[in-house]
Amino acid sequence: MSTPRIKFYQTGTYTAGNRLLDEAARTVQSRMDRMNSLNSGHRACQGCGEALGARYAVDAAMRASHNRLIAINATGCLEVFSSPYPESSWQIPWMHSLFGNAPAVASGVAAALRAKGRGDVKVLAQGGDGATVDIGLGCLSGMFERNDDVLYLCYDNEAYMNTGIQRSGATPPFARTNTTQVVGEAPGNLLGTGKNLPRIAMAHGIPYVATASVADLHDLETKVTKAMDMQGARYIHLHVPCPLGWGSDPAHTIRVARMAVESGLFPLFEAQFGTVVDRTLIRHKVPVERYLELQDRFKHLFGPPPNTEAIAALQAIADANIVTYGLIV
Amino acid sequence: MRAQIEGSQAVAEVVVLCRPDVIAAYPITPQTHIVERLSRMVKQGDVGRCQFLNVESEFAALSALIGASATGARTYTATTSQGLLFMAEAVYNAAGLGLPIVMTIANRAVGAPINIWNDHSDSMALRDAGWIQLYAETNQEAADLHIQAFRLAEELSCPVMVCMDGYILTHAYEPVDLPDRSLVDAFLPPFSPVQVLDPSDPISIGAMVGPEAFTEVKYLAHQQQLRALALVPEVAGVFEQQFQRPSRGLCSPYRMEDADVAVIALGSVIGTIKDTVDELRREGIAAGCVKIGCYRPFPTLQLRAELEGLTCVIVVEKDLAVGMGGIVSADVQIALQGLHIPVHTVIAGLGGRSISKASLKQMIHEARAERLSEPHFLDLNMTAINDELARRRDQRRAGPVAEHLVRAINAIGTKVV
Repeated sequence: MSTPRIKFYQTGTYTAGNRLLDEAARTVQSRMDRMNSLNSGHRACQGCGEALGARYAVDAAMRASHNRLIAINATGCLEVFSSPYPESSWQIPWMHSLFGNAPAVASGVAAALRAKGRGDVKVLAQGGDGATVDIGLGCLSGMFERNDDVLYLCYDNEAYMNTGIQRSGATPPFARTNTTQVVGEAPGNLLGTGKNLPRIAMAHGIPYVATASVADLHDLETKVTKAMDMQGARYIHLHVPCPLGWGSDPAHTIRVARMAVESGLFPLFEAQFGTVVDRTLIRHKVPVERYLELQDRFKHLFGPPPNTEAIAALQAIADANIVTYGLIV
Repeated sequence: MRAQIEGSQAVAEVVVLCRPDVIAAYPITPQTHIVERLSRMVKQGDVGRCQFLNVESEFAALSALIGASATGARTYTATTSQGLLFMAEAVYNAAGLGLPIVMTIANRAVGAPINIWNDHSDSMALRDAGWIQLYAETNQEAADLHIQAFRLAEELSCPVMVCMDGYILTHAYEPVDLPDRSLVDAFLPPFSPVQVLDPSDPISIGAMVGPEAFTEVKYLAHQQQLRALALVPEVAGVFEQQFQRPSRGLCSPYRMEDADVAVIALGSVIGTIKDTVDELRREGIAAGCVKIGCYRPFPTLQLRAELEGLTCVIVVEKDLAVGMGGIVSADVQIALQGLHIPVHTVIAGLGGRSISKASLKQMIHEARAERLSEPHFLDLNMTAINDELARRRDQRRAGPVAEHLVRAINAIGTKVV
């Protein structure tokens, strides 16, 4: 798929000038006929990055599949806030089974569609970072390894938010959670642990792996659309701030997400068959402090006295990402 | 067509005749021969468009079937023992979602100590998960029950476990009448799901239910399973008619007409018990036996009717509720409430130990004489146990009990009486 290169940011702002584009190149979200797959009325918190990310991603997937989509959901915030019986927000065929099995359930859906000759219907599986990088990793790896025809979306808010903010394998170093509290000699989460799931997904050699941010709608929709046009196992890792868990202003969810990208802490890239093929450039590089200072979970790093070593360690991670993925040219 | 065939292969053959759409499986002894055969048949195109998923765990196997079944596919898997327990969360989930999955349990002990031989600890551990549980006595019955299981499951939207004893049945070669495809097609209509994930009619399945409705959801699941108490014999009756061979349904009596002592059991041990009953009858003892063919739902009234008027009931069960005793016998006690019939619990055949006629006969004699301990462990090696208890009294760091017992018993453990 060739993507037209268009400069659509207004000078000196971070606002994407969607209306400056040809109608065909505008976002799915800006269209009158968007599905609202995750409809209003659900019970997510104010400023929930996951709710926004899910609507963006699933609407794009719906458009790409001509509304022929089945979605499987792992247990977690998204499942709970969208489906308290009998008030489902889902406008699409949707099923929740368990916390750790969404990829396998989706594999089963794909197998059933194959058995029934229903090539017109696509399968989406989705879960939070806990469901994806921890409890569901075995099933996810199996789905990847078999190259089942499923797009898996991970909404990464970097901890177990549904159960009340506990550490997951995706929690960043030094972050405060209720199981990595700000006490003792190494306050917050440890440095040097955790999982980089996009890299693990790439190691399976699957057709498509991408990272995306709720702060970059065009980029996110492009990746979902691209993934939906492919066959086999595909994985998109979406960075979605959680105001409650991160201690950030609900009004600043997009800003927080953008700072993660612009600092280099959350690199946006695409990989095919295990090789990075593209990345989204950082437009205005910011030091990691600009990201960290927006969130209470990193408040302890700013003292008194400031933990300059920790901040430097996070800056080193961001800088390494910038080099690894070539995020600045 | 009658064939001299291994139990596992017979099951695979009839599962294919049931035209499954999706099979997902993870290998575990002694279930492997079933899924090996199925994978081959699917791969060589004997099963239409059926998909065989080689998954990474039992948890994934059943999870995949949850997705497939909710998409309107006829689904099948097989497992046992640790595998069944590893998928336990999904076992409850499949039942809670009302998905008519059929699963063979090649019954095997649950560790530790690790043990690959037969008993019923595995399926008994999941007896309350909401699945219908059928237990096969012979390989013919195992084959026949699978055909009936799909019909039961789909008619009730309730998953079914067909339990067959590991090795004793799964690995035994016996003559089995494998039905013609046309017979199975006439008996088993195409799967018509009550709920399906379909873009043309989007629904949400698996929503969260709070205290306001959870009890009602569970009550309906209970009522739905109780419907099987009527449906199991009805389906067995239709099966008998169409396949021209007996099929017994909930529970089957053997020489119970004038019996005053009866042995109750599940699965393949019924064969040995029948032979024992015959021998006792020749000795002038009015013995009989009742096979429980359907354990969930439990045939309370039917069993009560079979056992009313007896003077002694012995439940021989291949399982143990540690800290309590019998599992099946507790249910039998409830079935016999108010009848004042003594119910004896006999724990037998754990971890594959042979159950001999001699031991069963002695057990019945002792029960009739009211000399049976409660619960009674058949063929227990008390010498080895007392030695081990003494050893553990003498030293705090006594080490792992299983390893010491194996060393002490080794010579006896392999001997078949």
